[in-house]
Amino acid sequence: MKFKIKIWRQKNAKAKGEFVIYDIDNISSDTSFLEMLDILNDKLISEGKEPVAFDHDCREGICGMCSLFINGEAHGPDTQVTTCQLHMRKFKDGETITVEPWRSAGFPVIKDLVVNRGAFDKILQAGGFISVNTGGAQDANTIAISKEDGDESMDAAACVGCGACVATCKNGSAMLFVAARVSSLAKLPQGKVEGSQRAKAMVAKMDELGFGACTNTGACQAECPKSISISHIARLNREFLTAKLRD
Amino acid sequence: MPQKISTFVLSIFKLLIKNKHKIGKFMSNVFTSSIGKKLIMSITGAFLVLFLLFHMSMNIVAIISPQGYDAICAFLGSNWYALIGTLALAGGFFLHIVFALTLTLYNRKARGNNGYATSVTPKTVEWASQNMFVLGLIVILGLLLHFLQFWYKMQFAEIIGHHQSMLGETMVSTTSGSAFIAYYFSNIIFVVSYLVWLTALWFHISHGFWSALQTIGFNN
Amino acid sequence: MSEKLISKIPEGALAEKWTNHKAAIKVVSPANKRKLEIIVVGTGLGGASAAATLGELGYNVKIFCISDSPRRAHSIAAQGGINAAKNYQNDNDSVWRLFYDTIKGGDYRAREANVYRLAEVSNGIIDQCVAQGVPFARDYGGQLDNRSFGGAQVSRTFYARGQTGQQLLLGAYASLNRQIAKGSVKSFPRHEMLDLVLVNGKARGIIARNLVTGEIERHGAHAVVLATGGYGNVYFLSTNAMNSNGSAAIQCYRKGAFFGNPCFAQIHPTCIPKHGDQQSKLTLMSESLRNDGRIWVPKKLEDVKRLKEGSLKASQIPESQRDYYLERRYPAFGNLVPRDVASRAAKERCDAGYGVNNTGLAVFLDFSSAIQRLGKKIIEQRYGNLFQMYEKITDVNPYEEPMMIYPAIHYTMGGIWVDYNLMTTVKGLYAIGEANFSDHGGNRLGASALMQGLADGYFILPYTIGDYLSAEIQTPKIDTKTPEFDEAEKAVREKINKLMTIKGKRTVDSIHKELGNIMWEYVGMARNAEGLKTAVAAIQKLRNEFWSDVYVPGTTDEFNQELEKALKLADNFEIARLMALDAQNRFESCGGHLREEMQTEEGEAKRDDEKFMYVSAWEYKDENTPPELHKEPLKYEFVKVATRNYKD
Repeated sequence: MKFKIKIWRQKNAKAKGEFVIYDIDNISSDTSFLEMLDILNDKLISEGKEPVAFDHDCREGICGMCSLFINGEAHGPDTQVTTCQLHMRKFKDGETITVEPWRSAGFPVIKDLVVNRGAFDKILQAGGFISVNTGGAQDANTIAISKEDGDESMDAAACVGCGACVATCKNGSAMLFVAARVSSLAKLPQGKVEGSQRAKAMVAKMDELGFGACTNTGACQAECPKSISISHIARLNREFLTAKLRD
Repeated sequence: MPQKISTFVLSIFKLLIKNKHKIGKFMSNVFTSSIGKKLIMSITGAFLVLFLLFHMSMNIVAIISPQGYDAICAFLGSNWYALIGTLALAGGFFLHIVFALTLTLYNRKARGNNGYATSVTPKTVEWASQNMFVLGLIVILGLLLHFLQFWYKMQFAEIIGHHQSMLGETMVSTTSGSAFIAYYFSNIIFVVSYLVWLTALWFHISHGFWSALQTIGFNN
Repeated sequence: MSEKLISKIPEGALAEKWTNHKAAIKVVSPANKRKLEIIVVGTGLGGASAAATLGELGYNVKIFCISDSPRRAHSIAAQGGINAAKNYQNDNDSVWRLFYDTIKGGDYRAREANVYRLAEVSNGIIDQCVAQGVPFARDYGGQLDNRSFGGAQVSRTFYARGQTGQQLLLGAYASLNRQIAKGSVKSFPRHEMLDLVLVNGKARGIIARNLVTGEIERHGAHAVVLATGGYGNVYFLSTNAMNSNGSAAIQCYRKGAFFGNPCFAQIHPTCIPKHGDQQSKLTLMSESLRNDGRIWVPKKLEDVKRLKEGSLKASQIPESQRDYYLERRYPAFGNLVPRDVASRAAKERCDAGYGVNNTGLAVFLDFSSAIQRLGKKIIEQRYGNLFQMYEKITDVNPYEEPMMIYPAIHYTMGGIWVDYNLMTTVKGLYAIGEANFSDHGGNRLGASALMQGLADGYFILPYTIGDYLSAEIQTPKIDTKTPEFDEAEKAVREKINKLMTIKGKRTVDSIHKELGNIMWEYVGMARNAEGLKTAVAAIQKLRNEFWSDVYVPGTTDEFNQELEKALKLADNFEIARLMALDAQNRFESCGGHLREEMQTEEGEAKRDDEKFMYVSAWEYKDENTPPELHKEPLKYEFVKVATRNYKD
């Protein structure tokens, strides 16, 4: 297969970026999108040009490192995948493919397609944990957790922290990310103890870091590679508001 | 009956005054957060939906019986409770707009300075949900028209002590709502404008109502 | 035993060693912990759990990771589960049985004392993780569920769908975040360790590169913990993440840490087969699939031919014409034999011409009988995400047609040599998790890597490091403006500059791929004397080519991914050499290491306990001198060493 790749190039955080179009040929339809970029980079390097910087790591859809806004969609046109699981068979031969970085005030560009998602770490540091020290835990089967609650907690815990929700949201809101963590822990008895504190602290940090407010469009859940439901956002709202009422 | 209603309203006020510190604290620490701002949007929005339901049931009477409709207009025109209701409504509406503006600006900032060159809206995303602000603007424009044509000449006229308003060439009673309806809706431009307005309102509410439930945490 | 290798295994009965040892070692008072600094490199299960726990204890911890967040570490990709001897299923499991299975699974090349300790602390890990909010799978009564893994006849594997590693890592990461918020742990994401700094023979800090700005930084500490995972990426194609690397381990090896059992690399039997030359990595399909999936190839070569032509579908081959070769060869364990055994069996069939895809390097993993027995819904519940992943990659629906799988490099049992305290041969330098060599011998059992990473990080290192640090309470904060740091930084800068100025013709990846081919060909699933000799020469030749013809674009003071890759590849040559030398030396077949010269007539691996019942620990000399081999003999006092038997 053959493609024209229109890629956002930006030297560093301060530089002004621009789109550059590259031609690429002889791509197998079984090749993954990132492998296609590898091949493009190999070509660029051989021509003495600077390769395109992009984040990636596990290449099996779980580490959350890869990003990319491809043809107007976070993680590209396929559903329920991260960019590393996207294959070239999803594109038409000869197509022009537009590749952009995540764009949001919360995720400043570092270089080309690489953005800084450190804000996610900071939000989780504000309260995305259960305060338990190593060694003090009781036997794991002492707390019975219904299968339904466990499953729902796991649904939310599937978040890989890639940032597609923020990238897609017209408000640059991180609510789905925050909700996934809050909701996952809120569904478990161990997590309930600090539930109020957690919701308040994480929302406050999210606001402080400049993420937008949720207007319930549902674009995040549509683009989430792990299909995390916005019903978790409702739970976050409930946790947050009842916590505030109790104050 | 009016006695009972006033006792009820008074008791609510008393309750609010009694808990003013608690409420004040809740207001100050909830509404500074993004979710709190959304809560205001939800509460004021829900309030407006209630009003619309009330307004709609009133209008339905106009279809069945113009006389009955006029009687309602006469009852509500300068009724004390209706006036309080109107003020509260205006307050809620004002808050809804102020917070809509605040949130929109806040969210624009969060989106960042660089827009996407291409972006596709996922199929599952409702059109209305992405255009609430624009829909809201159309609703306000329609509302201004409605105010000029009906409210200004009916309830407002009565508040300032008039009992008749000019309707085209003739003076009509401020309470004969059916006459107003008949007069304006004989003009196709107004009919179309009202249809546009109501459609926008419908879309705005179709997302807004569900969204309010989601914001107060009712969706699961 | 070499006098340089003191394993410090405590005396006494096996079950009491760890308890006695804990009682005997020294502790550091809270007031003194506040004055001590520890560097932890790597934030996977080992690093994150260790850093969090050390932070809780009151030490000042600095963590370094190459990704943008600690949560990206490759532990996150572990799918199937984590073992523990809870015996919740009442199937007669016990600490002893877990210990025994692990020793046996490791083909009797691991230390008894270490493995027993691992089994002993395994239960605490599950408790700890549940307390942290890890959503392990539960049954309808609300109790924890278990499944079986290879090499075990009991169900002791705890799991969270197909994302167990992710959930465990998020648990450890959450604990880490709590400490970061408290200020006891300082996080340095997008930082890569480039050298270890020794002061008077003790590990006192590292040189790291800020990957965003390119700045070279110095960080001092009273002790350094290496939790940087394995070195499987030397093969280029592996199930490791693209950025996983053994570079930090090699830096420590060059600074005096012995490298243990480098030739023991695990080849995982259930990976998605390679599709072509443009491929960058291999994707693992969890071993848990072998609970319900049956592995087979056609009995008739004719069917194989028709499969390749596309004129026959796997599902059309009748039951009687299928060769369920694992069930045939190993009736007792069937499809759940250990990984090394399953991988070799697949290779044997493919070498005999029965490989089922167009490259001839694939076998079937079939769920049709499980779907018939349990229904599609249950299979979907158990493996839904894995099936989806398979379909996304291959465009084949595994509910209808069997999966195709083939072995791939997955894990490295070898690593930095450590004593019972997890300290390396460099004082004050510790290695935990996959980075060390200690617990898996010649082959790791499924669901044991997560167990080891967390055991080391939560329950072992935080105690044993206190023993060393108790003697360091008088040592002031480490000054990084010393000649030792100057020299280390200078060497790093020189190395980087050298790479940048070669300006040759070859890309880093093209050389890495070539190295991978050499390794897979000669130091892969089957090794022999001649091949290994070829490998050693080829590695050296390629290394020379790298240092004379590589092209690294860009500059040093910016975000430069090619430079990062080049630095890692430079160290990969050293790993490759070590692996080949160790494989040459170990003239026996053992665990993941198969010497073709050493097989039984039935094609089973043949160990040589007389000559090779030891850990090989390699001491670095210099680039042109071969490393020196030291031997730590393995003594089996508590288990009877036997030939592994998974047949009956």
